[in-house]
Amino acid sequence: MEPSPATTAPVSTVTATSAIPAPVQDTRPAFDAQNVSIFYTQKPAVDGVTLQVPSRSVTAIIGPSGCGKSTFLRCLNRMHELVPGARMTGTIRLYGDDLYAPEIDPTVVRRRVGMVFQKSNPFPTMSIAENVTVGLRLNGVRDRAFLRERMEQALRMSALWDEVKNDLNRPGISLSGGQQQRLCIARAVAVQPEVLLMDEPASALDPIATSKVEELINDLKKNYTIVIVTHNMQQATRVADQTAFFYLGKLIEFAPTRELFNNPRQPQTEAYITGRFG
Amino acid sequence: MPAATLPPANAVSRETSSPAAVPRDNRHGWRKGKSTLASGVSLACALIVITPLGFVLGYLILKGASSLNLAFFFNLPAPVGETGGGVANANVGTFVVIAIASVIGVPVGIFGAIYLTEYGGRRFNSVVRLGADILNGVPSIVWGIVAYALLVNHDVVLFGHTIWHKGFSTLAGGVALAFILIPMVLRTTEEVLLLVPNGYREAATALGINRWRICVQIVAKTALKGIVTGVMLAVARIAGETAPLLFTALGNRFWSFQFHGPITALPGEFAQGFAQPIAALPLQIFSYAISPYDDWHRQAWAAALVLILLVLSLNVGLRYLTRDRVVRVMTKP
Amino acid sequence: MSDPKQMRPASRARDAVFQWFCFLMACGVLVLIVLVGYVLWGGSADVFRKFGWKFLTGSDWDPNTGSFGALPFIFGTLVSSLLALAIAAPLAISTAIYLTELAPHRLRQPLVFMIEMLSAIPSVIYGLWAIFIMLPWLSQSVFPLLRHSLGALPKSIPLFHHEIPTPALLFSGPTGAGYSMLSGAIIIAVMILPIITSVSREILRSVPDLQREAAYGLGATRWEVTRIAVLSYAKKGLFGAMILGLGRALGETMAVTMVIGNTPRISPSLFSPGYTLASVIANEFAEATSDDYLHALVAIGLVLMAVTVVVNLCAQLILKLSGTEVGAVR
Repeated sequence: MEPSPATTAPVSTVTATSAIPAPVQDTRPAFDAQNVSIFYTQKPAVDGVTLQVPSRSVTAIIGPSGCGKSTFLRCLNRMHELVPGARMTGTIRLYGDDLYAPEIDPTVVRRRVGMVFQKSNPFPTMSIAENVTVGLRLNGVRDRAFLRERMEQALRMSALWDEVKNDLNRPGISLSGGQQQRLCIARAVAVQPEVLLMDEPASALDPIATSKVEELINDLKKNYTIVIVTHNMQQATRVADQTAFFYLGKLIEFAPTRELFNNPRQPQTEAYITGRFG
Repeated sequence: MPAATLPPANAVSRETSSPAAVPRDNRHGWRKGKSTLASGVSLACALIVITPLGFVLGYLILKGASSLNLAFFFNLPAPVGETGGGVANANVGTFVVIAIASVIGVPVGIFGAIYLTEYGGRRFNSVVRLGADILNGVPSIVWGIVAYALLVNHDVVLFGHTIWHKGFSTLAGGVALAFILIPMVLRTTEEVLLLVPNGYREAATALGINRWRICVQIVAKTALKGIVTGVMLAVARIAGETAPLLFTALGNRFWSFQFHGPITALPGEFAQGFAQPIAALPLQIFSYAISPYDDWHRQAWAAALVLILLVLSLNVGLRYLTRDRVVRVMTKP
Repeated sequence: MSDPKQMRPASRARDAVFQWFCFLMACGVLVLIVLVGYVLWGGSADVFRKFGWKFLTGSDWDPNTGSFGALPFIFGTLVSSLLALAIAAPLAISTAIYLTELAPHRLRQPLVFMIEMLSAIPSVIYGLWAIFIMLPWLSQSVFPLLRHSLGALPKSIPLFHHEIPTPALLFSGPTGAGYSMLSGAIIIAVMILPIITSVSREILRSVPDLQREAAYGLGATRWEVTRIAVLSYAKKGLFGAMILGLGRALGETMAVTMVIGNTPRISPSLFSPGYTLASVIANEFAEATSDDYLHALVAIGLVLMAVTVVVNLCAQLILKLSGTEVGAVR
């Protein structure tokens, strides 16, 4: 597991002005999910989903509340295991590596697959700078120059650097809601994951902050594979290259975004995007 | 929105339903009078309840302040029958006994609480919680009996070696207080940790940080202020405990720790000190208060003033620093 | 550094070690319970084997002759605690009502603060204060007053050829220096006032405002709102608060020991000295010379522990049933 494609990027190419280098040059699908089902109780929350997420693009997952879209997202970095009693069947591969192989430590999976949450959650005891570097520091990185460089890159990539560069020592929670969310994205990017998962990242933000986050997503996809769960169909059309529609735990349709919204093949998809339910 | 224009409940009551609104209620005056009477009676009760605070503090200052001076702090008790002397050994003893109790009790309480909030299953947690609640209700003197049975009444033998010789000792006193500390710290820490939003745990997990680091450096660190407050209030509580020390630490009119050997003898002297009976402020107050000597009564007041300053300053300071309601509610005795 | 991310490899071993460590610490509480049970039960088994139930029902306590009857202590503990509760509960609950319902808002915080401070004062300091300030006052003014008023009533009234004793008996007999059951009860009452007040206050605060607003909407006065909407809603919880106070009273040691007189005697007069379970342990444990004596004191500890645990569990149960979440450490 350790000598994964992610570890091949040499440090020397990292400079303060460049972005954090694209961790993956692989053209294979980022995620290859085969027949994935997830159970919290007897009834599956996600039921037999097979899906391939293309590398370095934005994939949106849409669907009504309770359709299993968040649960599916969380099993992509094994976050669903935090819920006691959760079970998962099927296989998920990240660039060919089975994420659920018995010898794989979920911690390693989560270093490769970052996540941004619905509610922004900067650590309240930490400054802006500390928040960005926390993933590296608590994973054993001691090199101060490296940390400093990474922090600046991550903040630049999340379009926050110009706004906060003069008060990096202020508490992270002193920022506005939209800035906090971008700080959380910077925090996730700083550990150089191969994929970023976003669970309704803009649903708690006002329209201006939302558009900033969406711009950011568009920037990030040059380097990252992004999977975003959203209940906002306009957002999906704005940011996503391809869109998956979930309904009652099942993947109903997965197609390029324009195609899915303009020319849905399944009647349920059509019903949902025309607002007849959900 | 009509609801928005309604005054809050308290405002309504202050106007007490204007007579115009209820013109036919001829008992209105009587009802209003009854309400005033009830306020008066309950105010009187409240005054009675807080009176002892004024009386106790007032008399402590009145009777104790005049005896407080540096000599009282830094002198050993005078030989029986002579007047004067101080509580230097009791000051040090209180500190040492509390330190032993904290070293044993605080980690157990904090890490136990971390297990409950971060790892434990529902059933295990409810058992431990119930257990801690039961232990919190156990009279403190019972802990004295337990420590007595463990360390005062028996040698402790491990693999054929006697590692502890029986007798009244500093260690037994500290252990007795640690037993009181453990369930208190466990429960307060648990309640504070439960207040840490799950979002922080999730965010840290998603960064690929190891679980134990999340527990210590994210969750516990976020709750640090509350944990420290809870621990300090618990320590303030055991600082005034007397009953568990009566037959463990026992009390001592001299120094328990004596250092006059070469530096290489220090560990041995330490060990010897831990095995000696030791003085503590509450014990000193008790034995002086029930003694027949006026001078000891005077010193009991002075020592009580020292103790109350210690306990109340901890309480007042912490309550001022953390105006977090939950912490305050939880750490009330 | 071989890893360009410079991160250390994830270690499941450390996680496992940490989890086990925390687990052991959490088990510490269970170990303590076993330990208390083992020490108290193991230490007192001899006594119960030797004296059986007579240990609990016998009223003669004389270590010199080897006779150990714990009844005077059980009597003293129950009487002093119940009396303390009878004194403290009405005052504490009224205070809680005042604090949550009736007091002007700017008075509430300072009053609550003072009550918290009261609960922080160590027992031994209450005892010191009681010996030198409260006892002289009680024995010189309050007790004679009680004796000459209530105590002067007929001690018994004839009824169908029987003499029925009256409460006047409680206030008869010499008052001495004030070391008495009544003094013990009063100092316990002072010490349990803060806890009953603060728990009651929590309970009253947990009454939904909707209840109050409904009553105000009917044109009720402030007291009527309290009586109808708040008290009837909070009855159970307030009872739980009282039981919690009783549990605290039963285990109270130092201050009682200093004023109750420490005489193992059962007497109807509240002016005569008494003895409690906790006091006899406090006074005699360090000096218990024979094994029998020591074991008898451990057995008394067992009785004390059993009573307080049962009372505390009842209180927890009542509070839980009344639906109020009261803070952890009480």
